[in-house]
Amino acid sequence: MEINTFLQNVVDILDDTDPSLVSAETVFRDLEEWDSLTALSLIAMADDEYSVKLTGDDIRDAVTFNDVFEKIKAKA
Amino acid sequence: MATFSISDVTIKGITCCVPKNIAYNKDITILSSEDISKFIETTGVEERRVAPEDMCSSDLCFEAASDLITELNWNKDDIEILLFVSQTADYILPVTSTILQDRLGLSKNCIAFDIPLGCSGYVYGMSIIAGMMKSTGLKKGLLLAGDVLSHKINKNDKSALPLFGDAASATAFELEESTKPMLFDLGSDGSGYKSIMIPDGAGRNKASTASFEDVLLSEGITRNKSQLGMDGMDVFSFGISEVPKTVNKLLNFYDLDKENIDHFVFHQANMMMNKMITKKLKVPSEKVPYSLKFFGNTSSATIPLTIVTALKNAFIDKDKDLLLCGFGVGLSWGTARVNFQKQTLLRFIEL
Repeated sequence: MEINTFLQNVVDILDDTDPSLVSAETVFRDLEEWDSLTALSLIAMADDEYSVKLTGDDIRDAVTFNDVFEKIKAKA
Repeated sequence: MATFSISDVTIKGITCCVPKNIAYNKDITILSSEDISKFIETTGVEERRVAPEDMCSSDLCFEAASDLITELNWNKDDIEILLFVSQTADYILPVTSTILQDRLGLSKNCIAFDIPLGCSGYVYGMSIIAGMMKSTGLKKGLLLAGDVLSHKINKNDKSALPLFGDAASATAFELEESTKPMLFDLGSDGSGYKSIMIPDGAGRNKASTASFEDVLLSEGITRNKSQLGMDGMDVFSFGISEVPKTVNKLLNFYDLDKENIDHFVFHQANMMMNKMITKKLKVPSEKVPYSLKFFGNTSSATIPLTIVTALKNAFIDKDKDLLLCGFGVGLSWGTARVNFQKQTLLRFIEL
């Protein structure tokens, strides 16, 4: 499982965010586009691309995209 | 394994009843206009029916059942079983179904009990009423299913207010030999019981003054513990993973071909979740009707409400096989393959 592929998947679900703002260290809640509905897109992406079921707590506990990536890796 | 078949029971008709009062999501003030546009685009919910303070689920069910009995020209004395599927009963006790048995003027020989399930409740209710009728020989039965959830939602909870609407349904079942069997797959996962919950007011957390104190939980989400709370992320994750599993399980178990299912009627959770489920199941979108736009998520009433509004002309000239799937609070889910006979009565009324 590659962090770069994961970040590209994240870029794909964010319609209004400049890809240069998406990195492993990005604090996703600081992104202007981030809200409860983008969180659902992230859960859908984890299901679709990695067959991983992320919970509300998984998202709430994460700070950066890398945290989400690590969670997916642990559950895959 | 809760995958089973019930033969010789058929559906004669469905009446749905909703409150006349319409609330428009575009008028909501707790979200910015930009956020509300995004909400509508994502969830598909533009309008909802909202019951006045003195209107209960049982009032909507009563109207629906009265209409259905009249239109089918049924003799009330022939109705031997009445189920009320709801999470918004009249009282903590007694059950609402007995009150409805009396109010509808049904016989004292009628079995009546409540099933307090939500989004999966319509399919569960079908399996229970059909199962009892088949095993006991009861000839006619009524399944009443619906909720008035708007009374359980905080006006300052952006996660629930624009999503849920009020509606109820009555479905008429009759014992009839040689009809196509109803096929079911039912399941539960109580590890997710907190995902949709009203924590206070029953046995575990008794109602106290604190139960009614509004708390700001996060930006735009204020509610108290006697009101409905939903973890949207948990429910979304559950829906997109569990629904394709139960649907595929039923199809595989009975060796059914998706091609031969005329319509797939899913619980109307929200558009994003339902589209994702449809995509994962590889079901053509023209076979999947919606009622979300006009009614939102109406708990156990979404499936019958979608049938009577979006499929109202579907059974005029031929029988149809429908795949129904309800899923949500519990967590709980149920899938059914049900044949609707030509000219099944479908009605929509307002109160």
